[in-house]
Amino acid sequence: MDFAAINPLIFFSTMVAASIPVLLAALGELVVEKSGVLNLGVEGMMIIGAVCGFIAIYHTGSPLFGVLASIIAGGLLALIFGILTQVLHSNQVATGLALTLFGLGLSALLGQPYAGIKPPTFPKPDFGLLGDLPVLGQLFFKYDYLVYVAFILVVGVSYFLNRTRGGLILRSIGENHDAAHALGYHVVRVRLAAIMFGGGCAGLGGGYLAMIRVPQWTEGMTAGVGWIALALVVFASWRPYRVILGAFLFGGVTLLQLNLQAVGIKVNPAYLSMAPYLITIVALVVISGSSNRLSTQAPGSLGRLFHKTM
Amino acid sequence: MSLEEGEICALLGENGSGKSTLVKMMYGLVKPDEGEMIFQSRTYSPSNPNEARLAGIAMVFQHFSLFDALTVAENIALGMVDPPPFNKLSREIEEKGKAYGLLLNPDSMVGTLSAGERQRVEIIRCLLQNPKILIMDEPTSVLTPQEANVLFEALRNLAAEGTTILYISHKLEEIKTLCSTATILRAGKVVATCNPEEKSARQLAEMMVGTSIVTPKRTEAQGNRDGQPLFRVEDIEKEASSNFGTSLREISFEVWQGEVFGIGGIAGNGQDELMEVLSGEVLPKGGTIKLNGHDLARLNPNERRKRGLLFAPEQRVGHSAAGEMSLTENAYLTAADRKALSQAGIINWSRAAEFSRTIINQFDVRTPSTDNFAQSLSGGNLQKFVIGREILQNPELLIVNQPTWGVDAAAAASIRQKLIDLADSGAAVVVISQDIDELLEISDYISVLSGGHLSKARPVQELSREDIGLMMGASQESLSEVVV
Repeated sequence: MDFAAINPLIFFSTMVAASIPVLLAALGELVVEKSGVLNLGVEGMMIIGAVCGFIAIYHTGSPLFGVLASIIAGGLLALIFGILTQVLHSNQVATGLALTLFGLGLSALLGQPYAGIKPPTFPKPDFGLLGDLPVLGQLFFKYDYLVYVAFILVVGVSYFLNRTRGGLILRSIGENHDAAHALGYHVVRVRLAAIMFGGGCAGLGGGYLAMIRVPQWTEGMTAGVGWIALALVVFASWRPYRVILGAFLFGGVTLLQLNLQAVGIKVNPAYLSMAPYLITIVALVVISGSSNRLSTQAPGSLGRLFHKTM
Repeated sequence: MSLEEGEICALLGENGSGKSTLVKMMYGLVKPDEGEMIFQSRTYSPSNPNEARLAGIAMVFQHFSLFDALTVAENIALGMVDPPPFNKLSREIEEKGKAYGLLLNPDSMVGTLSAGERQRVEIIRCLLQNPKILIMDEPTSVLTPQEANVLFEALRNLAAEGTTILYISHKLEEIKTLCSTATILRAGKVVATCNPEEKSARQLAEMMVGTSIVTPKRTEAQGNRDGQPLFRVEDIEKEASSNFGTSLREISFEVWQGEVFGIGGIAGNGQDELMEVLSGEVLPKGGTIKLNGHDLARLNPNERRKRGLLFAPEQRVGHSAAGEMSLTENAYLTAADRKALSQAGIINWSRAAEFSRTIINQFDVRTPSTDNFAQSLSGGNLQKFVIGREILQNPELLIVNQPTWGVDAAAAASIRQKLIDLADSGAAVVVISQDIDELLEISDYISVLSGGHLSKARPVQELSREDIGLMMGASQESLSEVVV
């Protein structure tokens, strides 16, 4: 065994990059759930975002178009979910599952001609001297643009939810949609907007995988990250900053498992691959063990159908 | 109908007479098909609550329209058209609260507040808009008499300052003391306008129903407390299952055959927990529950039913009846054993349907058929069905929680009469209720649940409304002092 082969600086920066897809997807789903909607289609929206982003960046060569394509594709798929569940009152769980299956199938179809091709490289910002700083440069100033975008988004979402009137209205709708309706707020409209935002975030997370992280298109390449994102929202007890913590934990364990294999620790790799998922499950059990809904911050109307009664 | 500036006007009517629809129109939640409203000499037709609020009409809802996981200040901000920043809003909440005796801490979570405090949140939310008309839908149904008096005082102050108050309530006595005019609705039409002080509560009730009402009467032959009690609960202890629950402490009481035993108290003082323990939904940590000398404390609800202990919990839809199942199916659910509605695990549907028809006939349940979903019935009718289902199974002891909550006067009177009849026939009845008048009307003995403690039972003859109110309010008062 040779743990010295694991460089902590490189480990940290790789972990940050590895956690971005799940971070983005979880952040989007957090906003959706705060509005009282449970969208289980995160995996489907991610992979559609991945394939569409890849196709766009491949044909145009423009990272910006790739990013936009990811966001729009995820958002459109989410809009289907939104119309089905909010306007036509279909069951949220079943519709979300169907959305995942639909996204996986559609992305396989769209992506077939693109399998195994390398996309153009994604640019990184140049921080000049800052990037040359010892240690700090490696830790904070060596990432691609989307990493910074993701963290700014976390701050923005947290500010929106806790400090603005719009965020208060969104939370109130998630907490008690009947009361919010009685006060004259547009439950369906706000939820549709939240669902689209969630789809855009998930799409961008998928796009990050295909355009930057891997980077190439493979069928089914999200490999369950969308499900982990769903679990992370609960793990983070619906608080944006904790999503970062959860994403690092997940990214870190995944990475550690690869690193341990690389330094030759004799453990069946199957156990190590399992580890992140096991840890997530344990964390979920510990958190949901608390019976106090208010302390976990779970939205009161989460997953419940809203019918206008008046 | 019309409203004058600065008057307190009552809107009366049975369930389903159209009171709620009428006020929802005023508040912009429902659009009228025809007709118009004129407000300060201008046509007024709000298309949503925001317009109503801007025009100066505010409403306090019957079922609180509050958000548990948000703070008082956040809840209030949500009900305002253009709320100030939070620190300014918090100051205004405290100032208004002082001015009207409705004290609140703007930063506490609404989920942790008592019913009376929640209502203060709603009222302050309205007052901060300086409304010209304040609509109140059954505001006192969850308050102690003392809390209600605080509310009345605040309302009188408001009216004196020129605010018009439209007050909806089932409680005719409080309308007589508070309101200067009353408009009575029956089946969607205004049938009368009167001065409630000049009418008796009975006259008002009869105008609402359109027929005369018979007050339930206890026969003089009350169960005498000789020999052994039928039902004996000793030292029941139960920890609260959630942070907002109440822990039960050393609950003991005895009930004799042929008596109605009333348990008073404001909701949230352990009523639900006590009901769960008595019915066997949860098992107590310690103590015994004996019926005819046999301990039932470790038995599940079905086994208790088999031994003659029947119950009707508070929530009609979702607890004592399954909303999306037919009346026949609901009848089967609790009566399967005692009425032998199934053989060897196979349901005998014709017998079940016959049983539910019997309930419908004997208890005057108004429904198109036995196949209707339970939730399609009005509150009063479903309550009659639920109580009837238990009574017709010939219980030795029937426990009911809030039997007439949200039920109109006529249905409430008939339910109370049936409970009295049951006791007169030799069974015993335990009524858990927060309606003091109801308890005084039908009980032989009354004790009060407060903060999870049950007071000593006293014969009803020794008690007045005020006594019970004080017993109920005791812990509540000290609680609100802590919050303030």
